[in-house]
Amino acid sequence: MDQRGSESVALDEILSELRQTFRTGRTRPVAWRKAQLRAIIDLVQDNEERIFTALLEDLGKHPVESYRDEVGVVLKSAKQSLSCVEKWMAPKKGHLPLLFFPASGEVLPEPLGTVLIFSSWNFPISLALDPVIGAVAAGNTVVLKPSELAPACSSFLAETLPRYLDNRAVKVVTGGPNLGEQLLEQKWDKIFFTGSPQVGRIVMSAAARHLTPVTLELGGKCPTIVDTLSSTSEIKITVKRIAGGKWGPCSGQACIGIDYLLVEKKFCTMLVDLLMKTIRRFYGEGAKNMKNMCKIINKHQFERLQNLLKDPAVAASIVYGGSVDEERLLIEPTILLDPPLDAEIMTEEIFGPLLPIITLNNIQESIEFINARPKPLAMYVFTKDESFKQQLLQETSSGSVTFNDVMVQFICDSLPFGGVGQSGFGRYHGKYSFDAFSHEKAVMRRGFFPEIEPRYPPWNDFKLKFIRLAYNFDYLGLLLLMLGLKRN
Amino acid sequence: MGGEKEETSSKPAFDVGAASELVGKLRGAFASGKTRSYQWRESQLKGLLKMTEEHEQEIADALHSDLAKPELESYIYEAAMLKNSCRLALKELKRWMVPEKAKTSLTTFPSSAEIVPEPLGVVLIISAWNYPYLLSLDPVVGAIAAGNALVLKPSEIAPATSSLLAKLMGEYLDTSCIRVVEGAVPETTALLEQKWDKIFYTGNGKIGRIIMAAAAKHLTPVALELGGKSPVVVDSGIDLKVSCRRIIAGKWGCNNGQACISPDYVITTREHAPKVVDALKQELEKFYGKNPLESKDLSRIVNSNHFFRLSKLLDDDKVSGKVVHGGEKDQSKLRIAPTLLLDVPRDALIMQEEIFGPLLPILTVDKIEDSFDVINSGMKPLAAYLFTNNKKLREEFVMSVSAGGLVVNDTTVHLAILSLPFGGVGESGIGAYHGKFSFDAFSHKKAVVYRGFMGDAAIRYPPYTKMKLRLLKALITGNFFAIIRAIFGLSKD
Repeated sequence: MDQRGSESVALDEILSELRQTFRTGRTRPVAWRKAQLRAIIDLVQDNEERIFTALLEDLGKHPVESYRDEVGVVLKSAKQSLSCVEKWMAPKKGHLPLLFFPASGEVLPEPLGTVLIFSSWNFPISLALDPVIGAVAAGNTVVLKPSELAPACSSFLAETLPRYLDNRAVKVVTGGPNLGEQLLEQKWDKIFFTGSPQVGRIVMSAAARHLTPVTLELGGKCPTIVDTLSSTSEIKITVKRIAGGKWGPCSGQACIGIDYLLVEKKFCTMLVDLLMKTIRRFYGEGAKNMKNMCKIINKHQFERLQNLLKDPAVAASIVYGGSVDEERLLIEPTILLDPPLDAEIMTEEIFGPLLPIITLNNIQESIEFINARPKPLAMYVFTKDESFKQQLLQETSSGSVTFNDVMVQFICDSLPFGGVGQSGFGRYHGKYSFDAFSHEKAVMRRGFFPEIEPRYPPWNDFKLKFIRLAYNFDYLGLLLLMLGLKRN
Repeated sequence: MGGEKEETSSKPAFDVGAASELVGKLRGAFASGKTRSYQWRESQLKGLLKMTEEHEQEIADALHSDLAKPELESYIYEAAMLKNSCRLALKELKRWMVPEKAKTSLTTFPSSAEIVPEPLGVVLIISAWNYPYLLSLDPVVGAIAAGNALVLKPSEIAPATSSLLAKLMGEYLDTSCIRVVEGAVPETTALLEQKWDKIFYTGNGKIGRIIMAAAAKHLTPVALELGGKSPVVVDSGIDLKVSCRRIIAGKWGCNNGQACISPDYVITTREHAPKVVDALKQELEKFYGKNPLESKDLSRIVNSNHFFRLSKLLDDDKVSGKVVHGGEKDQSKLRIAPTLLLDVPRDALIMQEEIFGPLLPILTVDKIEDSFDVINSGMKPLAAYLFTNNKKLREEFVMSVSAGGLVVNDTTVHLAILSLPFGGVGESGIGAYHGKFSFDAFSHKKAVVYRGFMGDAAIRYPPYTKMKLRLLKALITGNFFAIIRAIFGLSKD
């Protein structure tokens, strides 16, 4: 009781300080924003080894994976924001019709104020710092709550951010669901949440009380459609990309990770054979001998994944893998062939190293299959059929679509990253991060001259005629009317 | 939500079951792909345009019945604006539908990328009573342009317009994909229980919260066009006559102050205030005559609920003696004269909530710069206005006052600039629309990456080695020389 009381007092004080800092206007000049972005770059570069260590501890993540998916992502994002922020801050001119001459119209981005960022445990550094980059580039003050399920990374962030960034403007708070609840009771100018749809609902409901805008980066079952290919080299590349994309990033515990495959029956055997070989080469064989793969984050998730395989019909569909190392929380890459579609493994987001393969008679059936299910965050398609590509684009919906590869949309800074439907709403990355934390204020400047009398009552027929013509932007008609030359 | 309810025992109630069935039908229609074609969207937009052109008089009559809205206001603010919205969408739709090319970097070479707009699906639009024609159909224009199926729920507080919309839209538009549901709280609640792909609401913050909470259950994105207290700062050294006319046009000329972007209150210096009051009085008389309660150029108060709400604001002890012009009321006709109040205390009722009526408080400050603090100490409004010739003051206003939109030296006209986003911030709302922003409000911008089978970098895959780490670092930073060094094993780490 006491602890909760003192925690909420501390939160009130933190918010008070951040709001005060924002009111002073300190976070608005471009110099401040650039300084924060440079500080993030320094933070990551100075502490690379420590970051690798923390990620190894929380997730068993290999340094190459840590660089590729965490450190590298943050550096790239911060550097791009640093070089673009001034451009992003500039007002954008709006086109004004002649009727309003002389006047100017523009859209001026401004910070929202004090924002709250929740990050998740699977990419605990990049999913924490990437939104922070957007928030500070846009000139806001920030509270970051990293996930308590990745404690080493969480403490790392709590300890280092205040040393590098302006600690009167950017704060890290650590804690569990209790803290999350208390944070949600406060009024924020924006909440940015990365996590599960269930918690996403809670966040949005809490935000509704204060009319706080939210961005929800959620998840879903990201399908991978593999069309029947004929070229051996292309098949090999496809399999490498699938093997690398499914188990490489965080052992499948990724929001845009491949959840399941859709393959034609005639292609399936070849694909599975090659997949098994590739898995052995990349990751080793058997849970005890695994390398280059993260562990499952904790016992709870480990048991959840094990339970997915407990259903006898599901267990019977395992064609590769299935072994686990309970002590080290490792599950080997596991392939299932046509598990029952109503089993949990096919109705819930897997978020782990299990890969169901659903076989179809014809790859066209994949469209109906996908449309019968909630919209995913990403969809991957391996095919050379251009008309099939177009058909998929037109007839299915997802956060993003990638053809002939997996995961790479994440590092394209010029592409918006976000979901649709159950996979979330709002987006970020690159300029979209800046926009996510900005209000685009419309500004119109006019002079006192000229005055258009017909704007004002008392109303009469002439004024009505005038206004009709004005609204049609019928300048010639207006001229004639004014000269008394217009007839009805 | 107030308003009289009629007995409709002959019609079955629109309950949760009916709402669910309706959404199911619309989902089926959407799934057929019908609404996605350019032809369908064009035909519906043309339908809206034709509908408005062919029934202008009926629309004006309905607005007159609901609000005693002067014909010219009905024309400018409702019919003409909606027609312009349709025309712009028709002109630009092809361009809006085209995917946008996105740059790709060396890191993902070779690849190409684009952003493809797609409809969200089946959307719900809930509109307001004060501009019941425009605020119902303007979002509909956006929803159609973006290729969605939709349900429109017009406000029951403007019943003549609501039933006119139901009738006309049934005649002019594709009812397999576009439907109108009339009703009040029970019908709206039934609709809100359904899963929508977007909810677009125009109205007040209290209901806005209810809508967002209902949307949260289904993770439905929302746009909320709300309101607030839109301030007008009046500097000295300006053309006071022109300024006051523009203030009057924005306040009483817009549905008698019942508009989300109407000037709510004025702030000026103590010294300047008497001149402002005099100028306002003079122009008010020119516009509405000596008996404004009789003027046909002013809307009435929409219903008795709001009439009593506004009367209470005038009856508040804290403003007794502050009325310097107007104050007359006619309950039978639901009319209140344009009323000016001078020097009202900040804690008076009239300063605690959005007025949405023909009462204009004038606050005074010592220095005009102080007015920005006054504004920023309250909730962020939908609009804020400044009349000045002082460039420095103007720029300070633009930088430091946060509102949905700002206008310098005029009021409300930014609404007509379709190249500017129209929406609130903070308590005044979430999201924006008008012009292309309407199309965007009802679209999902899908990121698409095209890759080939060439150019596969082994460094992506395990087994991971130090060499791969070096190369990866170089590739991610896009540093050409670092890449060369890494390939040739010449890197420093």
